[in-house]
Amino acid sequence: MNSKLRILYNGIVADNPTFVLLLGMCPTLGTTSSALTGMSMGLATMGVLICSNVVISMIKNLVPSKVRIPAFIVVIATFVTLLQMLMEAYVPALYAALGIFIPLIVVNCILLGRAEAFASRHSVGDSLFDGIGIGLGFTIALTILGAVREFLGTGCIFGASIYPEQYGALMFILAPGAFIALGLLVAAFNAIRTRTAK
Amino acid sequence: MLTLSLSPHIHTSLTVRRCMGHVIIALLPAVAFSLFYFGIGALIVIVSAIIGCVATEWLIDKYMLGRKPSIGNLSAVLTGLLLALNLPSNLPVWTVLVGSIVAIGIGKMAFGGLGCNTFNPALVGRVFLLLSFPVLMTTWPLPEVNRLTYLDATTGPTILGALKMDPQGDMVANFDMMNKALGMSGGSIGEIGAIAILLGLVYLLCVRIISWHIPVSIIATVAVFAWACGAPVGIELLSGGLLFGAVFMATDYVTSPMSHRGMLLYGVLIGAITFIIRQWGAYPEGMSFAILIMNGFTPLINRYIKPRKFGERSVKA
Amino acid sequence: MSGAKSTLGTMILSLGAITIIAGALLAGVAEATSEPIAEANKQKQVDAIKAVATAQFDNDPAASAETITDLCDDKGHNVIVFPLYSGEELTGAAVESYTPNAFSGFFTIMVGFDVDGNITGYEVVKHEETAGLGAKMQDWFRDPAGHRNVIGMNPGVNNMTVSKDGGEVDAITAATISSRAFLDAIDRAYKGYNQYKASKNNEL
Repeated sequence: MNSKLRILYNGIVADNPTFVLLLGMCPTLGTTSSALTGMSMGLATMGVLICSNVVISMIKNLVPSKVRIPAFIVVIATFVTLLQMLMEAYVPALYAALGIFIPLIVVNCILLGRAEAFASRHSVGDSLFDGIGIGLGFTIALTILGAVREFLGTGCIFGASIYPEQYGALMFILAPGAFIALGLLVAAFNAIRTRTAK
Repeated sequence: MLTLSLSPHIHTSLTVRRCMGHVIIALLPAVAFSLFYFGIGALIVIVSAIIGCVATEWLIDKYMLGRKPSIGNLSAVLTGLLLALNLPSNLPVWTVLVGSIVAIGIGKMAFGGLGCNTFNPALVGRVFLLLSFPVLMTTWPLPEVNRLTYLDATTGPTILGALKMDPQGDMVANFDMMNKALGMSGGSIGEIGAIAILLGLVYLLCVRIISWHIPVSIIATVAVFAWACGAPVGIELLSGGLLFGAVFMATDYVTSPMSHRGMLLYGVLIGAITFIIRQWGAYPEGMSFAILIMNGFTPLINRYIKPRKFGERSVKA
Repeated sequence: MSGAKSTLGTMILSLGAITIIAGALLAGVAEATSEPIAEANKQKQVDAIKAVATAQFDNDPAASAETITDLCDDKGHNVIVFPLYSGEELTGAAVESYTPNAFSGFFTIMVGFDVDGNITGYEVVKHEETAGLGAKMQDWFRDPAGHRNVIGMNPGVNNMTVSKDGGEVDAITAATISSRAFLDAIDRAYKGYNQYKASKNNEL
């Protein structure tokens, strides 16, 4: 397999940040009460991750290794703040829905984790693809989790009604339901992964 | 296995199946009470919960875990019965089935089946339903002798709900201890007749399925707290799921501590959490939450409060 | 790990350069987005007022907003009247109001009134009521079923308490406390609106 495709595949399946690495649990649990907010959060994180991966990969030879972590954090925080201001200005409805989780992208361990584990050791091109792959993996996972919770909780997927809302188990919209749904999805994802690997 | 206590073990004829059977027998007075006051509704809920639980366990054993179904040990039947007795009697059948699937599927089988579960499966099912369908789970049919209807029963608040909303209201003022003891007040199917529950307790103590530590410490703690805070002690003790929970739910072997001292600590904390939720929390009743929270602490209690070793004597200084 | 040699000089230089670039970038974008952000926030407030008020107006309600101080509490909950004028004539108001009696403490609502005090709409601004029970108030009290709908009622004319207390409004099933609190917040908004009208009449 092409090495760039391999990086993409690793990000989405083999090293899926949510289902395999279990990174970034706070936004995963907090923003997935519907498929749409889950997907928005995934895309926002992906945007920041691609930018920060590329920039960190570019500056990796210029930054002394003792201060690399503060440097990475400044880069990540800058991109998150830019994203926050741009969203507040041009998509206020989405900004209101994702609320406090946007600034929290800064402390999402996926970003620092990929910066440290991947971008600071690989070429700019590879880091770009890693950002896309991991970002897509995160987005897909959050969208699936959001869709499952929205479907079980309200009977809708992306706001389209599948069955009457009164039969929806409200708990899946609330915080405890996020944990239960995530646990079941991680189990299912890994069961499928090990079965196909055999 | 958490079901066993530390050695030495005494060889008896007490199997899991017999043990579950004793608990089911102890529940019969409460079942009889509920059929008397809630009629056909109670019957439908109980039967559907038992069928739901047994079927879920059988399906998961057979198709997901690929092992011999373990439904013969009656534990799924007991979980279903306990779940049903913790529900309102006018709950639609589909809701009961959802609760059964969650109780067995998430509460028990996801952990590996009987003996491996951290939380009481029946309570997992009940709390899931309470958070998921709050309206259905908090409309309580009023008891009415020999009721034949199912869904259109007259409903009203429970005494705890009334206490929370309007402590000086008529319902609290006119509360009759004797009626409550005989089951004349709204509530879940199994929690309405204090006398029936106490009969069950006496039976369980006589056949030595449970010891007195957990129920007594829970009830005493709530009584002391209620007295200290000036809440009506009688209402606090006789209402809601307190008695039922203390006797049948908190004493579940798998999810409660093994040593007697551990049981006392567990009971006292359940009583305290229950009272705190009732007094200051958002829900009128906190028994289920309290038991589930303490279920989570049980492994920790077992780790730090160990039963005395056989033959060990306390050294007097 | 590659990277430049970690001496004090390179460390200060690289971190300094990164922060200066980041700072410049942020300042630039903040400058560029400050106007759209202010506009979006103002639009949000106007949208909220428009959502509850049906009256015609040509003033800026936020600019002429008045806080009714004797209905506020000391915990930062306010009753704020956003008056609507068409020319010089008062056509109605959107009133932000709260209740201290909610199931989980407080909640804040925005209520619209026409000039006579008839309710033209409401929005729940902020609440912590139980999902599936009290949280239903956003839809419940505009549902035409039974006697739920409060829109069109007038707190000065109708008995706006729950039917259990002898009033004209059906409470949310199994959430009587939240329903009472909601009607309490409406009542407080109405009082605020009347005070505002009275103070304007005195000025004339």
